[in-house]
Amino acid sequence: MSNFMPMLYAFWDSDITYSFRKSRVAVISALVLLAMFLTAIFAPSLAPQNPFDIAELDLFDSELPPAWVEGGSTAYLLGTDTQARDVLSSIMHGMRISLLVGFASVILAAVMGVTLGLLGGFLGGIVDAVLMRIADVLLSFPPILVALLINGILRGALPSSAQAESALIVLILSIGLTNWVQYARTVRGSTMVERRKEYIEAARTLGTGKVAIMMKHILPNVLGPVLVIATINLGMAVLTEATLSFLGVGMPPTQPSLGTLIQIGNEFLFSGIWWVVVFPAAALAILVLAVNLLGDWLRDALNPKLR
Amino acid sequence: MSLLELDNIVVEFPTRRGPLEAVKGLSLDLNEGEILGLVGESGAGKSITGAAITGLIEPPGLIRSGEVRLRGERIDNLPPEKMRRIRGKEIGAIFQDPLTSLNPVYTVGDQLIDTMRVHLGLDQKAARKRAIEWLAEVGIPAPETRLDQHPHQFSGGMRQRVVIALALCAEPKLIIADEPTTALDVSVQAQILALLKRLCRENGTAVVLVTHDMGVIAETADRVAVMYAGRLVEIGDVKQVIEDPLHPYTRGLMASIPQIGNRDRRLTQIEGAMPGLRNPAPGCAFAPRCPRAMDHCHSIRPVPQNAGTGQVACHLYGETQ
Amino acid sequence: MFAFLIRRIIQAALVMLVVASIAFLMFRFLGDPISNLLPEDATVQDRTEMREKMGLNDPVLVQYGRFIVDAAQGDFGQSYRNNRPVSDLLAERFPATAELVLVAASLALALGIPLGIYTALNPRGWLSQGLQVISLLGISVPTFVTGILLILVFSVSLGWLPSFGRGTVVDLGWWTTGFLTVSGLKALILPAIMLALFQMTLIMRLVRAEMLEVLRADYIKFAKARGIPNRMLHFKYALKNTLIPVMTIFGLQLGGLIAFAIITETVFQWPGMGFLFIQAVNFTDVPVMAAYLVLVSFIFVVINTLVDLLYNVADPRLRAERTPARGV
Repeated sequence: MSNFMPMLYAFWDSDITYSFRKSRVAVISALVLLAMFLTAIFAPSLAPQNPFDIAELDLFDSELPPAWVEGGSTAYLLGTDTQARDVLSSIMHGMRISLLVGFASVILAAVMGVTLGLLGGFLGGIVDAVLMRIADVLLSFPPILVALLINGILRGALPSSAQAESALIVLILSIGLTNWVQYARTVRGSTMVERRKEYIEAARTLGTGKVAIMMKHILPNVLGPVLVIATINLGMAVLTEATLSFLGVGMPPTQPSLGTLIQIGNEFLFSGIWWVVVFPAAALAILVLAVNLLGDWLRDALNPKLR
Repeated sequence: MSLLELDNIVVEFPTRRGPLEAVKGLSLDLNEGEILGLVGESGAGKSITGAAITGLIEPPGLIRSGEVRLRGERIDNLPPEKMRRIRGKEIGAIFQDPLTSLNPVYTVGDQLIDTMRVHLGLDQKAARKRAIEWLAEVGIPAPETRLDQHPHQFSGGMRQRVVIALALCAEPKLIIADEPTTALDVSVQAQILALLKRLCRENGTAVVLVTHDMGVIAETADRVAVMYAGRLVEIGDVKQVIEDPLHPYTRGLMASIPQIGNRDRRLTQIEGAMPGLRNPAPGCAFAPRCPRAMDHCHSIRPVPQNAGTGQVACHLYGETQ
Repeated sequence: MFAFLIRRIIQAALVMLVVASIAFLMFRFLGDPISNLLPEDATVQDRTEMREKMGLNDPVLVQYGRFIVDAAQGDFGQSYRNNRPVSDLLAERFPATAELVLVAASLALALGIPLGIYTALNPRGWLSQGLQVISLLGISVPTFVTGILLILVFSVSLGWLPSFGRGTVVDLGWWTTGFLTVSGLKALILPAIMLALFQMTLIMRLVRAEMLEVLRADYIKFAKARGIPNRMLHFKYALKNTLIPVMTIFGLQLGGLIAFAIITETVFQWPGMGFLFIQAVNFTDVPVMAAYLVLVSFIFVVINTLVDLLYNVADPRLRAERTPARGV
């Protein structure tokens, strides 16, 4: 415990924290993201209304504009849609789902990619060759297409009755299985470099098993770039999910993500109730923007060449 | 009048913990046709000095004070376009790595011809002819064919020859050569140095030869300047500085060069390390490591004074004895 | 050079085989062709006859072989949704997507490269900072949102441009083109902008990053030390080095354009292959999904191979594998 304060101070004073403090962009993005995370986690308690509970909806209040426009009401700060669902609450819940899918798919992709990368880089030989071939093929296709395809296959394999409930899992799987390649490649590269270093030889001569070597020695050393990839990937994952939902093959309207909300709102574009589309779209854009900015900063901060 | 004068140059780099002086008050001059070695450990400030002369210090670094004069005229404060015309035409440069110094997607001829057309106003045909002559001059066989080849088609030593041709083709009066042989095989180093020396002698080009390798200096230079922690500690004729160094640091440098054939002598080292350039301690920067340091060496900084064939910055010599 | 070409072609063929196999597996295990192709009141006998006729009782390997041969000739059977041959559907939709992608790609390059160069050379100017912000927005805001925004502004509010369809098209043999009519061109504008925007920001950022990297290189430093003037430095010495990797990356991105066309076509109800694909995924129309997959894979593989070839030709260093360094 006596080491804690000096450690904390060292961290606070370190290059990374310094560069973070200095970059207004990074700080603002981080704060915005934090606010969004908290909103998402506490949405059920925070949101003024539960838009999916039909009992809470009053159809007289449908199609109300935002509170600051004439005809609006402060009960529905950002207005309501055609079924009297509060746009603000919908956004809060939607963000929850978007972030959930985003994080879950990134974790899935990272775990899968890191594991495969470790295996390929450490074991080499056929395992590595096959892995790299698959990775190459996957990478030559645009991720949205791969995600769409996996989504289509998974949904096709399920009976239509189960499709709505399983949408969440299907989405997470589709996006996660699309994005593992980058992690695998980076980790494989680093593993191959580390594998040749002497401390690994030493561990081997001491009789440490392969799995132990991979987990204890190599893994901690190759994790650095993984963090950067994960941050950038999060933004992409959220975007991909939103796109899939918008296209109608993602989250259903009963459990909408921000993308689904935008799709629903899009139907009413020409009837003048613009707030049903614009606010969810803005929320999505700000979310991804904040993630990207933070990711950009992180990448620059960790880049040895720019020091 | 000397060809080049550095008058109390201070080069500063702003860092997040305050400004850092990489070169602190350096003065030296160079005469026409002279080869001056600039020697010192990594971080002593020699490459930066070279960059200061050509005006190519990477921002945010800058020359905080002092003057750089070419034939008596100040060049450190010229507007960018005027300085650009001096580069190549009056002052040339050679860098360490010949592979990265040459643009890989253009032919060697292209790069030579461009340089000459910019500075000498030649037309395409004339420039091409001169380029072939230069390639022959630096010892590249079959220059007519080689002219249209790309850098990766040359070996390391050949590339550095091309680099030398490029630096000299606009006929500058001064060349800054920054570690020109460090990246080359030992067997090739001597050839390149000999080439450089011959061409410069023939054309009366002066050279500032920046290196950490005393052997290179011994081979090639007329005079040598020794830098330590951003300052000049000794300057003099090569023969004198090598055989009878005055400054204790130079002594240490000479003694630490391994002698072939002298197996029973342990390699002498200079104890300690060169101090960081931030927050310099008062007094002589070398005092903490100096075997002959006196009390006032730690508090009063020595300035260069005439001694030997040049100058020394040490309290052991001059009037402050 | 020749050996390289052969190797790449073999690689491409292998990838196509894998893709076709995946398509075959989709056919076998997803959805039921019989119930999709026969009316609901079909008898068991009708079904059995159908199975026999479609060869679904043959051993798997035979079916596989047949599938591959058919696929190679472009025959993917009938669509489950509209009961028409898949190849006909795709052929109908192909020109729409092709024209859209062509215009978008040209737009993205024509704007992206100059803007990228400008922001690299003037990193601190206000225009550059502004463009940086816009480009960041460009890759953060989802493409369909920009599409919707475009529609909101130019169709709903201003009413200048149409928000769906291709306008009037002209038949040129097998191809249908929207280039030759005013309404066709008008209909092309918004979707092309939407599709191009993302690519354009990508290219701009790519060119900027590459050029900044190149400008830090030693050979630029050396050229500067030789007194090469700035214009030559930037537009001769730095540009070529920047554009070579950029062109290859763009070539690889062309595939992405085709994929993003799916979204664009959905937003604007553009009658292209992408829109067809989405409808197929929604309906689990396996033949169309499989056919789209194979066709698009083919296009990607061809593009990738061509790009590899071009890169080999463009970058002199790679040509060096055949002329080793000589001399001392």
